[in-house]
Amino acid sequence: MKILVCVSKVPDTTTKIAFTDNNTKFNEAGVQFIANPYDEWYALVRAVELKEQLGGEVCVINVGPAANEQVIRKCLAIGADKAIRVDAEPSDALFVAKQIAAQASGYDMILLGKETIDYNGSVLGGMLAELLDLPYVSLSSKLEMDGTSATITRDIEGGKEVLKVSTPFVASAQKGMAEARIPNMRGIMQARSKPLEVVAAVDAQPGSKVQSYALPEAKGDVKLIDPEQMDELVRLLHEEAKVI
Amino acid sequence: MSVLVYAELTEGQTKKSTLEAVYYGAQIAQKRGTDCVAVAIGPADEGVLQGLGAYGASKVLHASGEAFAQFQSRTYAKAIADAASQAGADIVVLSHNSSGKALAGRVAIRLDAGLASGVSGMPSGEGALTVRKPVFSGKAFAEVEVLGDKKVLSLNPNSFQPQAGEGSAAVEAFNPDAAPADAEVLKRETLSGDVVPLPEAELVVSGGRGLKGPENWGIVEELAQALGATTACSRPVADTGWRPHHEHVGQTGVAIKPNLYIAIGISGAIQHLAGVNQSKTIVVINKDPEAPFFKAADYGVVGDAFDVVPRLTEAVKRQQQS
Ligand SMILES: Cc1cc2nc3c(=O)[nH]c(=O)nc-3n(C[C@H](O)[C@H](O)[C@H](O)COP(=O)(O)OP(=O)(O)OC[C@H]3O[C@@H](n4cnc5c(N)ncnc54)[C@H](O)[C@@H]3O)c2cc1C
Repeated sequence: MKILVCVSKVPDTTTKIAFTDNNTKFNEAGVQFIANPYDEWYALVRAVELKEQLGGEVCVINVGPAANEQVIRKCLAIGADKAIRVDAEPSDALFVAKQIAAQASGYDMILLGKETIDYNGSVLGGMLAELLDLPYVSLSSKLEMDGTSATITRDIEGGKEVLKVSTPFVASAQKGMAEARIPNMRGIMQARSKPLEVVAAVDAQPGSKVQSYALPEAKGDVKLIDPEQMDELVRLLHEEAKVI
Repeated sequence: MSVLVYAELTEGQTKKSTLEAVYYGAQIAQKRGTDCVAVAIGPADEGVLQGLGAYGASKVLHASGEAFAQFQSRTYAKAIADAASQAGADIVVLSHNSSGKALAGRVAIRLDAGLASGVSGMPSGEGALTVRKPVFSGKAFAEVEVLGDKKVLSLNPNSFQPQAGEGSAAVEAFNPDAAPADAEVLKRETLSGDVVPLPEAELVVSGGRGLKGPENWGIVEELAQALGATTACSRPVADTGWRPHHEHVGQTGVAIKPNLYIAIGISGAIQHLAGVNQSKTIVVINKDPEAPFFKAADYGVVGDAFDVVPRLTEAVKRQQQS
């Protein structure tokens, strides 16, 4: 079983978001970066579990600059066998999809998180599947293999669906798929010597470009309601906020 | 150049997210002085499809052949892309819901189009198209320019209130060649009856660790029931199995945008706020006046949930009777 796991680098979840250059750039000063939680906790860990059960190999792929190698090494410490870094700025999902698709032949399965916590696009998996002409199972919360076929549970609007799909395929992972793992000392030591191949980008154009950023408008002061006055709260929700 | 909207059908019916997408597409078409065409895939009565006219679709292309009976991302994405070509559309609109997330990337590749997903505003610009979307899990917004001759937009649920007008859409049979299915569907389960799924819910009542244990969720459910709201929870509540995973909201759970979010016994950690702070009105019930959530709230009640929530439920019922 050969599995490719796409991993993005994102700001840590506690990051206070700020912008520079006239609100056109994300301010990276003092920001700690991590592997995108959905990629790491669910897609990568499930891939490593499947390898442990069935044998094979897990390769992690990231599109980004050399600074991303710290995040890639963590993925190797969690149990990936090798990694590919496509040496380019990940300008948007379309550009990243084309870079990954160029490296993605020969795998039984391509896994990625359901979205990144920075741009929240949730479109990379569909793009990859279409570029590679493969089945795509989005928002998967359970994945079991039986020979060359997988049984996958995924979210649909207001419910769940259980699917049977043959390899090769693309699937996006979310909560339920696996439990996050903390790398141990041995994993961290081994990660240093695992192969991390750097490849040049293929020619591709982005499909979108961020022109500017804005922070949400600050809320006004909270209106405190006496716990004895719930009729008043209901009145405010009805007449002032007009939400009930 | 027209605007094409994917009008999703659920068991032959259109849902709110479908009407939002059609309404949004029609608004864009109107601004650009062109037509809004919808494509519906799967079995449906003609009346349902004609009804999309009230939300601004002038025509509905209906693919109802055998191959389209069941949602399959590869098959549906090709049909949508083919419909865009047939309708001469340069903008394609989908909902950013579960099925939209499976389709949007595929449609963009098929059409060689630029894509902005999860958008929440009307596009600005004449030739170029720039549109607002939440980023960093709701901690900020970006104005995204969509590049390329063709453009795909997926619309965040609950971003626009669709307005029904007059009019009936012309329904036209549409029979594109079907792309192969992705998978065999073994089982499909939908939540019981009339519970609105979280991403679409207008009213949400959510509980946190302050409720102490799953046995205490009765007060949350009773309030939700009185309001007709959907229930949600914080991450540790789902992680410890007090509540099902699909109720987990926040940066690593479901991101929601209801009109009303009532948070009970939730501290308001940054990762929780990220997924809920786009709610129009936030009510926080917490016994700790220093809880960070009060800073993000419109209305706050400092008090014991076990005391306050049943009283709020009674007050809601009284208001409904009056
Ligand atoms: C990478 C990462 C991702 C995360 N993603 C998410 C996410 O998506 N969603 C999420 O929710 N969290 C997320 N978290 C966790 C988050 O940091 C908080 O730990 C979590 O939101 C706290 O949940 P809580 O508010 O229910 O519990 P607590 O923080 O324990 O708060 C309980 C609150 O209840 C109040 N309380 C206690 N008793 C009562 C009573 N009787 N009446 C009224 N109030 C009472 C207390 O004053 C307190 O404010 C994430 C964390 C990390 C590190």
